[in-house]
Amino acid sequence: MATAKPRLEATSPRYGERVIYWLLAACAALSVVTTTAIVIALIVPSIEFFGEVPIFDFLTGTDWGPTFTPATFGVLPIVVGTLSVTFWALVFAIPIGLGSAIYLSEYASRRVRRIIKPILEILAGIPTVALGFFALVFVTPLIQDVWPGFLGPEPGIFSVAAAGLAIGLMIVPIIASVSEDAMSAVPAGLREGAYALGATKAKVATKVVFPAALSGIVASIILAVSRALGETLIVLIAAGNTPNLTFSPVESVQAMTAFIATTATGDIGTGTITYKTVFAVALVLFVMTLLMNLLSMRLVRRYREVYE
Amino acid sequence: MAGYEPKTARARIATTAARGVVAERLSQQPRMDVIRNTIFGSVLLLAVAIALAGLALLIGDALIDGWSRLNLDLITNGPSAFPEKAGLRAALIGTLWIIGLVILIIVPVGVGAAIFLEEYASRESRLARIVELNVQNLAAVPSIIYGLLGLAFIARSPLNLGFVVLAASITLALLVLPIVILVSREALRAVPPSIREGSLALGATQWQTIRKQVLPAAIPGIATGVILAVSRAIGETAPLIPLGAATFVTFDPSGPFSGFTALPLQIFDWVKQPQDEFRTLAAAGVIVMLLVLIAMNSFAIWLRNRYEQRW
Repeated sequence: MATAKPRLEATSPRYGERVIYWLLAACAALSVVTTTAIVIALIVPSIEFFGEVPIFDFLTGTDWGPTFTPATFGVLPIVVGTLSVTFWALVFAIPIGLGSAIYLSEYASRRVRRIIKPILEILAGIPTVALGFFALVFVTPLIQDVWPGFLGPEPGIFSVAAAGLAIGLMIVPIIASVSEDAMSAVPAGLREGAYALGATKAKVATKVVFPAALSGIVASIILAVSRALGETLIVLIAAGNTPNLTFSPVESVQAMTAFIATTATGDIGTGTITYKTVFAVALVLFVMTLLMNLLSMRLVRRYREVYE
Repeated sequence: MAGYEPKTARARIATTAARGVVAERLSQQPRMDVIRNTIFGSVLLLAVAIALAGLALLIGDALIDGWSRLNLDLITNGPSAFPEKAGLRAALIGTLWIIGLVILIIVPVGVGAAIFLEEYASRESRLARIVELNVQNLAAVPSIIYGLLGLAFIARSPLNLGFVVLAASITLALLVLPIVILVSREALRAVPPSIREGSLALGATQWQTIRKQVLPAAIPGIATGVILAVSRAIGETAPLIPLGAATFVTFDPSGPFSGFTALPLQIFDWVKQPQDEFRTLAAAGVIVMLLVLIAMNSFAIWLRNRYEQRW
């Protein structure tokens, strides 16, 4: 019963289709070009920089004054500045973000969730210059007012704590929404099983859902860390801009991003040591955020694999 | 609890029995567990309340601080060294120019990339996987680093545009492209395969199918992505700082090759001034910026709800 096979392929060559294919491929490839350009932009001046300043001295030095004479290139003070602002941001954002996530995924009715989630998303969309302003004119005076004397001298106009709190507010929605996604991905059967055994909501949330969603929750926190490390305007406005190797939350520090933003203005001369320093610092920052992001992506993939 | 209503008599009996068992279990919950549950619930609610209070305080504080300057002069006055004469005109015009060009760049490139990844590239293809990994990583690169990219390659050689509107637009477009690509891909993915198969079966080419069937169905989702990307671009300050825009601009930006300032930059400039009057201006500027962003986001949500297709 052999019938003639219908000819399904195109009857004329479609050159237009090929052109469109390659145009679209070029659009997609632009992202690869961007990444390559970023890497080249950072690495070339950095290599020249490390030709003049030994990389070991750069990474372990505790004296940061690249624009002073004589210039010093110990990057630790601004790395520690960035890390301590990030630390205080997390101290605020982890409990608030996780609390919100558990509330939204386990306690809130569908109606409440539909109201609160978009409002939290507004928080994620607030421009950081507005958050920096808020940190300076509202958070700083607030901290100064409620500062208990036994903790030592109260923070000045610029402090790690105020900047940390504002960045914390910025990353709460990241932690809340990614964690909530992870918790919602936990199969309902696990919850129902626990409920049927008489567990309370608190027990279900902490003993069943939380452990099951742990990799997603950790991923959300790492993603938030990477945002906090790269935040510029809040630290620039509220943390001051004085390189200062300290772990104290009440002092003013300079973060890596703040150094870049103050130094790399339009009139900086290409090829000068200051110019190269900016790119070397940016390279350190880029590597830090990239590692955080890769780690977070790996963890997210893991919880997706388990439950979807 | 009233979510499930049994329809047949047997189902009703079974459901009633099951609910009875559950109710009995619940009544046997240890007292400590019930108390802990209440406390835990209240702590969670407190966490949500603090997050919402943070947002309310931010907006409320800016409103109170900036109220005295929230009038038409704020929008019609240009930059000035005197706080009582300063306004946002140049900044608003600059932002309009920058964002207009950003849209011209991100719509074709972002949607093109999304179409390629969803419609042409197979999931296992090498290019698709590299691009996908890339887009996710690009989304996490700190925005100040995009500013350095703009300084090194766009304002200076090889593009050599100088510190102009177009350089700012290209830099911001690269920054927000991952958002457009990610959201557009979701929108394309939501169009059911049967639509494509039907079109292809009738003899349409792949591009005809995409242009006439898939894209129209995905446009609301894509528009949402573009608006989200644009509202991010409006609020970004850090990438513009290395592009020389932090300098004092006394004229209105007039085209792609004009020097520029922008809304968030102007606010940042006012925040840095020591006089209190500039703080008031900064607060008023923050309110203007938030109004623009809230309007855009509401439009995006409306668009999503209005045109969302259920297949």
